[in-house]
Amino acid sequence: MAVVEERGTVLETGSSPLPSPLPPSLQVTARRKGGGRRLPGGSVLPGFGLSLGIALLYLGLIVLIPLSTVLLKTVSLTWAEFLAKVTTPRALAAFRLSFTAAFVAATVNAVFGVIVAWVLERYRFPGRRLVDAMVDLPFALPTAVAGIALASIYAANGWIGQWLAPLGIEVAYTPLGIMVALTFIGLPFVVRTVQPVLRDIDPEVEEAAASLGAGRWTTFFRVLLPDLVPAIATGFVLAFARGLGEYGSVIFIAGNMPMKSEIVPLLIMIQLEQYDYAGATAIALVFLIASFSLLFLINFLAWRRYRRESSEVAS
Amino acid sequence: MMVGNRLGAALREERNDRYGPLTEPRLVRWLLIAAAFAFLGFFLIVPLVLVFVKAFEGGWSTYLAALRDPMATAAIRLTLLVAAIAVPANLVFGLAAAWAIAKFRFRGKNLLVTLIDLPFSVSPVVAGMIFVLLFGAQGLLGPWLSAHDVKIIFAVQGIVLATMFVTAPLVARELIPLMQSQGDDEEEAALTLGASGWQTFFRVSLPKVRWGLLYGVVLCNARAMGEFGAVSVVSGHIRGLTNTLPLHVEILYNEYQLAASFAAASLLTLLALVTLALKSMIEWRTSR
Repeated sequence: MAVVEERGTVLETGSSPLPSPLPPSLQVTARRKGGGRRLPGGSVLPGFGLSLGIALLYLGLIVLIPLSTVLLKTVSLTWAEFLAKVTTPRALAAFRLSFTAAFVAATVNAVFGVIVAWVLERYRFPGRRLVDAMVDLPFALPTAVAGIALASIYAANGWIGQWLAPLGIEVAYTPLGIMVALTFIGLPFVVRTVQPVLRDIDPEVEEAAASLGAGRWTTFFRVLLPDLVPAIATGFVLAFARGLGEYGSVIFIAGNMPMKSEIVPLLIMIQLEQYDYAGATAIALVFLIASFSLLFLINFLAWRRYRRESSEVAS
Repeated sequence: MMVGNRLGAALREERNDRYGPLTEPRLVRWLLIAAAFAFLGFFLIVPLVLVFVKAFEGGWSTYLAALRDPMATAAIRLTLLVAAIAVPANLVFGLAAAWAIAKFRFRGKNLLVTLIDLPFSVSPVVAGMIFVLLFGAQGLLGPWLSAHDVKIIFAVQGIVLATMFVTAPLVARELIPLMQSQGDDEEEAALTLGASGWQTFFRVSLPKVRWGLLYGVVLCNARAMGEFGAVSVVSGHIRGLTNTLPLHVEILYNEYQLAASFAAASLLTLLALVTLALKSMIEWRTSR
């Protein structure tokens, strides 16, 4: 108690010869209350217990407890049973297809996402704001609507499909159709992660490159692109993760043939309909681990970028 | 320095009008714009136009008949009901979570932020599946529920729960960075002047974040009304009872009732367009 009160006086006079060993929150507490009782959450604002309580209760009941059933259910399987469930030829084919299609779609989005972000940030043309707003359409449009629209467009008699069919290109009801749907779903991610970075790049950097004799091409690839890579990577991973789990927009255009055009979420759905809960859960667990690794990767990328930026500021 | 800044600004302004060291040749510029337009046109505009063209292929009377169908009105009613429950619930959760995270320091805060984002990285099908594992006939609580005659799976309750799971991060996600960047000087001033905690919250904090809050609610609503995968698992597709509007679209499409299917889809597309318009309006408001 005495220490705390002493600390309080030290804080007020501000002439301590020693750096304070207490965290700032406790110092403020000591001065305000004088009794040394720590303020909850280290702030004078009220409602810490209530807001954290509501948040944890809701998250626990709606998200965490239901999600934990996947683990509980798989624990009831032996390791051999689990492996047998996730390595059936049908499951392996679905995993291969889901990962490949999501990867291809995310790659297409990475390339075109940078072009779209560049055009929207750097050029002025009529309708630019409208185009900018439209980029978010895949976030807002229900996936089932996207699914039936894309399936109708790329069917052999559809608006675009009828021009591709004579060339021998079948999009709807093939893996190519899945990639088209996943490209639609993942479209906003790279655009939206690259745009703010592009906006914040200091024009002096480009001026310096130009005055040193670099052409636009060299400036882009050697000066601008390295700054954009972390944002592109984050957008790519987000689009990939979204594509991996996507269901609604894919099933209409995919054809859904086992071993050929059956994605993992559909396989889970079919196993649930056949009351094969153990099989569905085992595959879902593999899927969850993959998505959480991606979530971790995104956070790691963000953290590394943050650390590098703050160290640049410090130096 | 001033001169340098002014020169930089002038250069930036002229970027588009003149071939200079800081922009691309006109041809490259037009090619890039054309590539962006082609990409967005194929993937965004064509599907959008197609929905309305197909919906109105049979004329206004077929369009209206498709929406007046009892199954369609039941689906619309259910979709509105689900959103009316899930959106306010997420609003309360989002406000509470953002308040706790933005205003206070506590152990495990980063973990909490990550956990809030968790539903985004769960496949919609898995999101539905976990509620079947929990409440389904063979689920963990299934025997107890059936003994007490409570139905959650293949009922409206399950649809609401799955929707709440899928939309959980949306409001919190908009509010947390906003509240963090605003700081709490105004709240502290209000408390010093004698306002109670709730007064401070409703009259100071809430107006401060109103646009971010509105945006979060609008997004949450769009997602709640449009959710397909998760709802599809728990609904059981019972017509007139557990069919939401997206599921109604699916059933009609699979029955080759294309005009009716696209008519229902056009309602959801309108919802998406309104959402985008509101988003642009909010961004325009807050950037002023």
